[in-house]
Amino acid sequence: MISFTPGDEQQLVIDTVRRFASEQLRPLAHDADEQRSTPAEVLTRGWELGLLHNAIPEALGGIADAQAALTGALALEELAAGDVALGWHLLLPATFAVPLARAGSDAQRERWLTPLLEGGYAPLSAALIEPTWDFDPTALQTVAFADGDEYLLTGLKGYVARANDAAALLVYARVGDELAAFIVPRDSAGVTVLDREQHMGLRALPTYQVRFDGVWLPAASRLPGTIEPLLDRSRVALAASAVGVARGAYEYARAYALQREAFGRPIAQNQSIAFMLAEMAIEIDAARLLAWEAAWRLDRGLPAMREAALAAQYADEMVLMVTDRAVQILGGHGYIREYPVERWLREARGFPTFLGLAIV
Amino acid sequence: MIDFEMPTPVSRQVQFIGMLGEQVMRPRARYYDDHEGERPVEYTSLIWQTVRAQGGRNFSADTSERLDRDGRPRPRIGYLMLAHMVEALSWGDAGMYLATPGAGLGGAAVDATGTPEQKERFLKRFGEGEPKWSAMAMTEPHAGSDTAAIRTRARLSDDGREWILDGEKIFVTSGAMAARDSAGFVVVWATLDPSAGRAAIKPFVVEAGTPGMLVTKLEHKHGIRASDTAAIIFQHCRIPRENLLGSEEISDGRSSGGKGFAGAMRTFDATRPLVAASAIGIARASLEFTITYLRQRGVTIRYDVPLHRQTAIERDLRQMEAQHRAAWLLVLRAVTAMDAGQDNALEASMSKVKAGQVATFIAQKAVELLGPEGYSCTLLLEKWMRDARINDIYEGTGQINRLIVARRLLGYSSRELR
Repeated sequence: MISFTPGDEQQLVIDTVRRFASEQLRPLAHDADEQRSTPAEVLTRGWELGLLHNAIPEALGGIADAQAALTGALALEELAAGDVALGWHLLLPATFAVPLARAGSDAQRERWLTPLLEGGYAPLSAALIEPTWDFDPTALQTVAFADGDEYLLTGLKGYVARANDAAALLVYARVGDELAAFIVPRDSAGVTVLDREQHMGLRALPTYQVRFDGVWLPAASRLPGTIEPLLDRSRVALAASAVGVARGAYEYARAYALQREAFGRPIAQNQSIAFMLAEMAIEIDAARLLAWEAAWRLDRGLPAMREAALAAQYADEMVLMVTDRAVQILGGHGYIREYPVERWLREARGFPTFLGLAIV
Repeated sequence: MIDFEMPTPVSRQVQFIGMLGEQVMRPRARYYDDHEGERPVEYTSLIWQTVRAQGGRNFSADTSERLDRDGRPRPRIGYLMLAHMVEALSWGDAGMYLATPGAGLGGAAVDATGTPEQKERFLKRFGEGEPKWSAMAMTEPHAGSDTAAIRTRARLSDDGREWILDGEKIFVTSGAMAARDSAGFVVVWATLDPSAGRAAIKPFVVEAGTPGMLVTKLEHKHGIRASDTAAIIFQHCRIPRENLLGSEEISDGRSSGGKGFAGAMRTFDATRPLVAASAIGIARASLEFTITYLRQRGVTIRYDVPLHRQTAIERDLRQMEAQHRAAWLLVLRAVTAMDAGQDNALEASMSKVKAGQVATFIAQKAVELLGPEGYSCTLLLEKWMRDARINDIYEGTGQINRLIVARRLLGYSSRELR
């Protein structure tokens, strides 16, 4: 029966993560962006929320229920409303673990998933994006050839978070016409982690280009399951995160407009400002419902490629519009880095690019 | 728990109305667009059978309590059902949908503000006999969104037995059918005292054919032409004193038990998502037609390709699809809140803003995408584009609804944010 009200357990997740995001992430966000680094303690504290465990089925050592994708979307919105770079940094291990849970072999899960779930935060990461303007996840330039019991992996990846100190990366590559994913220990021969990347936003999350110059991998390092649905799960995660960034910007702009006076009254009393805020709120809600529906389809095991793609596309456009208007509502202050809204605009513009950096 | 599963009765109803739309509405849509002012009898006669069987409550939600097998109350789905019906009928033809006989908007006003005796007296007719219409007359030539500025006067006759109405109403949906061409009625909003503002504005039921009520004009419209839009003049129009709905007392909505002007305005919380649903119906018609038409000519939409590989048409269609779905979900959110008995004024206006805009965007895009054929009257796309445009205008313009949304979000009164 159709309902737009989170269940009790989901509401608990929302409340818990919202508190963490506003108390722990938001206060760090400005300095983390300026200094391009995430304090390690916040990752440790965030790990205790058990969000990764919420995404992994019980049979594999997690506590996920039948609405894991939806709950994941709810959590991501809250984290991103605090700070998306820190939030994604916190959930970075999921980009490695969720694909293993969904498409990995028992041996792969045992080797990687079990210790991760039993231990503390570990920077396991994934490599999907390729640093070219025409990056296409369905036609990757990173390729692997089967050769006997091994694969030979070659290619260049970008936006690989924590590649400098991740024990292993989940590397997406093309095998013939198939989309495949491989577990690649970072110290494998032929793996070169290049300089840290500099981006407009998401600066608290260190990312690197990584070159794979003919890396020999045992056949057992390839995930046996189908990989395409993982992209849908990432699109939903991105959509939900975009909703969070937009909500943070909207709430900040709303509060500002209510207290900032011009011509003797709050600027929110002008229709030009009030209407902008109304439209921002409508678009945020619209994008959230699309993300929820796509997540719900994932949880039901229904085809979700179309819904996930549309939700992500919608959210990409929405978050740019909302954060851009937040900057406008703050006027000159919106352009100053002391205020968070210009950072949100920098982050918003990246959403069409961020595929693979988060997953539900 | 968040869920997107549609109850079976709703899906069944949508399927049934879809057949009605395909077989009865679509084949005649062009004719009635070309013959503005003619009653779409094929549709109205057929739908009247259903409406009459339901006691004339064509567009009022079933809010009765139903129990499941274990004796627990089932969740209410009255407004959810209604939104789907309106959406599906508008998919068939929005003009004809608006011309649906039955208690309609006037009936909703009677329902919201009338006494049990008045409800019986005015609404019984919709369960029997020939098709009948009711209409709501609010807008005046100088007062649209600012309904509190209406000037139509109601005065008691010297003997105190009748109200005498004087004034001019325009843009009355189904006005001719309600006032002149069937045994229906018009609910006229008039003021007892122009100096007393909203509190003095009351609804009056004027029976069809009452001397002094004159349909002076049928508008020639951009779209929704199967539905008549009338101007009605009241000249010393005498009606029984018992035809004032609710209390005669001049007071605000709160002290009259929420049944005064403010109470009536609150009925918009119920009708706005339905207007939005109608908009979505037209949007879906345009979208589905365009996608099918293009697919038959070898154009398909790919969802897994990145931006740089999408064609311009794919990009447009993906945006149309996402916008359509987003707007529809906002409507569903507004009606499910309604069914749950929650205050949904914010959600209602949000859905109206969004759907009003999206329907127009999609229909206009559809005409653009099909080029010379989209613009041609051989297809219905150009008609749907004209039909869609009303949804951002009536039942509160997009701007009025933005104002309502903004006031709610900012915690402002109508004085603080004007």
